[in-house]
Formats: sequence, structure tokens, C-alpha cells
Amino acid sequence: MSLITPDFGLLFWMVVIFGIVFFLLAKFGFPVITNAVQKRSDHIAESLQAAQQAEERLAEMAEEHARMIEETRLEQSRILKEASEAREAIIAKAKEEASAEAAKLLEHAKVEIAAERESAIRDIRRQVAMISVEVAEKIVRKDLEGEDGQLSMIDRMVEEASRAQVPN
Amino acid sequence: MKRLMLICLFLLPTLFSARAEEAGALDMGTYLFGHISDAYEWHITTIKGKEIAIPLPCIVIENGVHVFTQHHAAEHGYILNENGKLVNAATGQRPLDISITKNVLGLIFDSILLVVLILLCARWYKRHDVLKEKPTGLAALLEPLIVMIEQDVIKDAVGPEYKKFSPYLLTAFFFILINNLMGIFPIFPGGANITGNIAVTGVLALFTFLMVNLFGNKHYWKDILWPDVPLFLKVIPIMPLIEILGMFTKPFSLMIRLFANMLAGHIMLLSVIALVFLSAAMGPVLNGSLTVIAAFFGVFLDCLEFLVAFLQAYVFTMLSAVFIGLAHQHPETETN
Repeated sequence: MSLITPDFGLLFWMVVIFGIVFFLLAKFGFPVITNAVQKRSDHIAESLQAAQQAEERLAEMAEEHARMIEETRLEQSRILKEASEAREAIIAKAKEEASAEAAKLLEHAKVEIAAERESAIRDIRRQVAMISVEVAEKIVRKDLEGEDGQLSMIDRMVEEASRAQVPN
Repeated sequence: MKRLMLICLFLLPTLFSARAEEAGALDMGTYLFGHISDAYEWHITTIKGKEIAIPLPCIVIENGVHVFTQHHAAEHGYILNENGKLVNAATGQRPLDISITKNVLGLIFDSILLVVLILLCARWYKRHDVLKEKPTGLAALLEPLIVMIEQDVIKDAVGPEYKKFSPYLLTAFFFILINNLMGIFPIFPGGANITGNIAVTGVLALFTFLMVNLFGNKHYWKDILWPDVPLFLKVIPIMPLIEILGMFTKPFSLMIRLFANMLAGHIMLLSVIALVFLSAAMGPVLNGSLTVIAAFFGVFLDCLEFLVAFLQAYVFTMLSAVFIGLAHQHPETETN
């Protein structure tokens, strides 16, 4: 059977032809293609990874953002609270100071009024005393117009004085 | 319309039948062997008794180089023997015959086609930036196939060192594929039964054999010459003998598988077509119906052959990859 006996000529040419084809394709054909495809698939893998990382970063940043907003809000409410507290404190202090001042003024006024009254009373007293003295003078002068009167007067006064001296 | 066409189809063989009877009955053996075996000319067709064939150069080395065509063989002292091979007219011995036969020309043509296709594809990748453009044209057509073979077949079967072997395995795959496909294509320059020839598949298997054994690692050779079996199997070297035999049976099976599959495909297809001409003598009715059946079967078998053309290239590549992978196993991966 010629079918299963390999022919030398064909064997020879097949080795030559396949050798050449193998050389050409293995040197200039397939490595170029497979390397390019490999490069692209590597690039795709890297890009996917980078995209995933970016997404993660973005999520992190969004979280950070939300956290910062929350913090700011807390800070804001704290500041507001502090401000209102400060305001109230200031108002309270002012009120206190005002009432203290008022009390002081009142006190002062009272003291002054008292002083005024004292001096007025003193004035009145002096005047009353002077009036009394004048009255007394007039009376005395009338009484002491005679000798007798002067002497009885002296006597009475001495008696009074001595009486006053007795308890001693 | 359909019915009309069907009637025409049934009537068609009646036209041929008259002529077939004139030409005599079809000699099945000559018909089949004429198509599937090698020849010193590329016979295309016969029109009205005139043969249309491309004469091919016969190159014989015997006391110098003789170059002639088949028709002038006698002038140089050679004749064709009963197998259609050139022999010395005087001694009847086969000379050293490196003729450009039908299969050699087919091989050359298919190889040029393959190299051009792949290099054009490679040129696309050289001229374009793969990171910015998607493949177009030929590159888009071939890339999925190349990637599929490399990533799904070679990478899985060979293992981590696959980069070193993928050029050979890809070359083998595309070489077999293009020759298989051109073998199905019925007119020149297709139709030569190249991968159904044992010399062609033998050389392919030889290359795989070399790839496996030239690059096999230490563990591979230890497994062959001193395998992990009880000592008495090695002292009387039964196991090493079996292993060494196995080294040769693997590529041998590759050779036979591809050869037999492609040859069988061609024979089946040719036989079904021959039904038309064989039945010509049986009368128009039988001939007509058989012709329709033959046409349907022919279409079916052609589709099947398309599948087989791909499948055999795939199987050859995959098994070659597996054999190479077996020669690169590491003991630690094996124990797992």
C-alpha cells in the first residue's frame, strides 16, 4: 500500500517547508501577535485595578467628606451654643452690674439725703437754739431790768447749781 | 419555484447517464486513489476527453540531477511503476526522488498563504498601538483564534513555561488548519490531500517528538529511565522499556490520528460523490434519487469535514501541548 509508506521526496520537502514556515512564523509572526495581545491584556488588567483603586479612593473621600461635614456641623452647633451661653452670661453680668450700680447709687443717695437731713436738722436746731436764745434773751432782759430780779436770778441759779451738785 | 428546482435536480443525472455509459463504468479504485494520493501532475479536470492538468517538475538525483516532466520521463530512462512512482526503467529501483509533486506544490502554496496571513496580522500589531486601537481586518479575524489556542490550550496544557513553546504549537495548529481547509476546497490550488498523507503528518509528529524530548527536564528523564516503581521492575528493565516505547508511541499516535482522520474524510466525501456516477448505469430513476441523496450527504459531509479540519488541528495541538507539558512537570506539583 502506497498510502501508509511515506514517500522520501515528500518527507524531504515537508521538513524543508515546515522548517521555513516554523522559522518565519516563530520569529516574525506569533511572538509579535501574542506579545501585543499580552501587553493589551496586562494593560486592561492594570486599568481595571487602577479603576477599582480610584473607586475605593473616591468612596474613602466621600466618607471623609461626610465625616468632615458632620464634624463641621457639630462644631457649628457647639459654637452657637457657646455664643448663646456667652451672651446670656454677659447679659446676666451686665444686669448684675447694673443692679449693683443702682444699689450703690441708691445707697449714695440715701447717705446724701441723710446728710442733708442731718445738716437741715442741725440748721433748724441752730436756728431754734438761736431763736430760743433770742427769746430767752428777751425774756431774761425783761426779767433782769430790776435789781431784785437780778439777784433772785443769781440765787436761783446758784441753788439750782448746788442742787445739781448734791448727788455728787 | 422550489418544486421546479427539485424536478430539475432529478432530471439532471439523466443527462449524464447517457454519457456515462459511453465512457464506461467508473473504476472506483482509480478514482479514489487518483484523488487522495500524490501525483507528478496536478490534474484539474477532463473536458471532452482532453485532460487539463498542471505538469509538475520531477527531480531525480541519480548520477546527477535530472529534471523533467512526467510525460518526458521515458526520455530520461524512468517509468512510473504500478503505484505511480518513478522508477529506473532499467533496474526497476526507486531513485532518490525529490520531485515537486502535487502535495509538495500544495504544501508550498498553503505555506505561503499561511505565512502571508500571519505576517500581515503581525504587521498590524507592529504598526498600531494595541493600547489605543482595537484590531481590524485580518488581525480581528485571527486574534481570537490565536488567543484561544494560546490561552486555553497551550497555557493550560504546557504550564508556566508555555511562552517558549507557543510559537511552535501555534505554527503547528495553523499549518494543519490551513492544509486541512485547503484540502476540502475542491479545485486548484485546494483539493490536495496533504494532511491525509502519512509523510506530512509524520514530519509534524517528528517535530513534536523533538520539542518534547529536546526540552524535557531532569524529572522527565528520570521518570523514563528510573521510574518510581518496585526495584525488580527496573533491574529487569520492564518499566524503562515501556516508558521508552511510550516516548515513540505518543508522536506515532499523533501521526496516525491526523493522517487517518483526514484521509477518511476525503474518502467518505469522494465515495458519496461517486454515488452519482456509479448509479448512472442503473437507470434514470435510481440515478436521480441517488444523486439527490448524494448531494445532501455531500453538503452534510462537507460541513462535517469543516468541523474535522478544525478539530484535528486542535487535537494535534492540544496533545502536543500535553506531551510537552508532561516533559516539564515538576515533582512537587506532581505530589499535590
